[in-house]
Amino acid sequence: MTASRLPRPSRLFRPQRLLIYLILILAAAFFLLPVYVLLITGLKSFQEVNLATMWAWPRNLSLASFAKAWNGSQAEGFRGLSGSFLNSIYLTVPATLISAMLGSINGYVLAKWRFRGSDVLFPAMLFGMFIPYQSILIPLVQVLQRIGQITKPLSATLLALAVPPALAWFPPWLANFVPAYGTIGGLILVHVVYGIPITTLIFRNYYAAIPTELVEAAKIDGAGLLGIYRWVLFPLSMPGFVVVIIWQFTSIWNDFLFGLIVTSRPAVQPITVALNNLAGSYIVQWNVQMAGALLAALPTLLIYIVLGRFFMRGLLAGSLKG
Amino acid sequence: MRRLNRDRILSIALITPSAVAILVFVYGFIGFTGFASLTQWDTLFPDYTFVGLRNYAKLFTIDRFQLDLRNTVTFTAFFLLACLSVGFGLAVLIDQRIKGEGLFRGIFLFPMAISFVVTGVVWRWLLAPGTEQTGSYGVNLLFEQAGLGFLRNGWYTAPIIWHISSESTLGILLQSIGLGFLANSKFGISWPMLSVVIAATWQMSGYTMAMYLAGLRGIPDELREAARVDGASEFQIYRYIIVPLLTPITLSAVIILGHISLKIFDLVVAMTGSGPGFSTDVPAFYMFDTTFRGNHFAEGAGIAMIILLVVAVLIIPYLIYSARMEVQQ
Repeated sequence: MTASRLPRPSRLFRPQRLLIYLILILAAAFFLLPVYVLLITGLKSFQEVNLATMWAWPRNLSLASFAKAWNGSQAEGFRGLSGSFLNSIYLTVPATLISAMLGSINGYVLAKWRFRGSDVLFPAMLFGMFIPYQSILIPLVQVLQRIGQITKPLSATLLALAVPPALAWFPPWLANFVPAYGTIGGLILVHVVYGIPITTLIFRNYYAAIPTELVEAAKIDGAGLLGIYRWVLFPLSMPGFVVVIIWQFTSIWNDFLFGLIVTSRPAVQPITVALNNLAGSYIVQWNVQMAGALLAALPTLLIYIVLGRFFMRGLLAGSLKG
Repeated sequence: MRRLNRDRILSIALITPSAVAILVFVYGFIGFTGFASLTQWDTLFPDYTFVGLRNYAKLFTIDRFQLDLRNTVTFTAFFLLACLSVGFGLAVLIDQRIKGEGLFRGIFLFPMAISFVVTGVVWRWLLAPGTEQTGSYGVNLLFEQAGLGFLRNGWYTAPIIWHISSESTLGILLQSIGLGFLANSKFGISWPMLSVVIAATWQMSGYTMAMYLAGLRGIPDELREAARVDGASEFQIYRYIIVPLLTPITLSAVIILGHISLKIFDLVVAMTGSGPGFSTDVPAFYMFDTTFRGNHFAEGAGIAMIILLVVAVLIIPYLIYSARMEVQQ
């Protein structure tokens, strides 16, 4: 869709071009306004936080708000975001990698090994990408709770592990990954399953663009389904993986609904849920809230800044046009 | 030949786990939710006594649900209008071979990388109106400092609903033709909802821009040149050539943005919650509230099915259309 082309000669006269720049700069100011407020409010010291000067640049830069948002405050009675930030990493990294792998294999089969019914299966899978998740939440919670009952012995065994005191944190940490209701493992399962449609879509479109002759040639050379994937398609897949990984990382990191429904304990909550709790309590000052919001946005923002090009591709794939 | 057969089976085996997962977690779960919506399950403990469509009939008589529908219509209409016009406008401007294109594109698109929760928290602060005692906050304060004090308003805290008054001429006219019920705040436009629209547009209009920009870049220059040779003005070129050629993009954008707005939840929770007098309440939030806080599972399931139905009406034709387009290619 994007095509490099010869620069088009400028046709508009100067005043009109000035107007274009003026509008674009005003629009950019609108888009950057919240970032400006986030930054200056978060960077102000507690003495300087004053509503009358909320738009003014801070006189003394202070990271105290960030420290408070990260660590929380026992005295004021609110939890910091550090724990949930880590939870989000433990959740997002494995869920992203697993769903990228699954999507790659599904996409490969649907693009190069079409079978009777695959034309129905593919759109049927895609539908899962658009459903309002409210329509699956009730049975989802029930099923995860049921899985929790089944995996209880496993969690219990983990918790009863005899480990040196220095490693006492390890078994409970590991128990959080047993997929069930109220665990990080349960959330990973949910994100992997509901990530199947989009990852399959992106990879299928990606592999569809790879000439089938390559696959046919490998077949003639005696390669089978797995061999072709391993030696022909997979080595060509890196750009596809980058797009899918960025897409999944961003959407899982930013997810709120599943985190809210599946994790009730603060110990396993992802950062979006923790941020919402932080911002929802009236005891937390605005500058701490803004610092917290920036912390929650930072990982995906960094990815966007560094890998923006691939981010774009994922976005446009999300609109079904590869 | 034997190898090929084995590979056929293997290929189906590879996709089976995902297919089964989708079958269970999407279609099975939807089926269960649909079933639950037909029961009288109203506590933590499932009660599968069949009651038919009673929950649905009841829902449409509940004030909160009626207001939610009004708010969803307000939100969807203004959100689509704002995103499409801002997105198209920015795309056209960026397409004029300007300096710093990459920078502008980056600035307009970065909100897409951010969680709706972060957006909600930030815009709640920006649009917090302030009180008599504290003076103005946020954007109101900015207006004040810029000498635009008349623009100050209560944003999402002012429970203003624009609607046709039953005493107005139009209201009386409507009554006389039997449409008096329209002159009611339930058929109005919720002002607090527009604050949420501002935040959502901030987040999603860059995406719309990216879609339009990709579309604009796909239109060959020869078309414009030919029109120019024929004496068409720049405006005419856009009106009669570019905009019609971008119709598929507009359609995609309407579907994508529309289904987001029908499902909107995170942003509302983080920014306003239900709002004063349910003025920013939406079905997805009502569903969460009544199901997971109130344990009215059958009622929640009913709301979920209604949202799903509306989304499906939008999405399924689109999926079929996309699949057909692909076959043609």
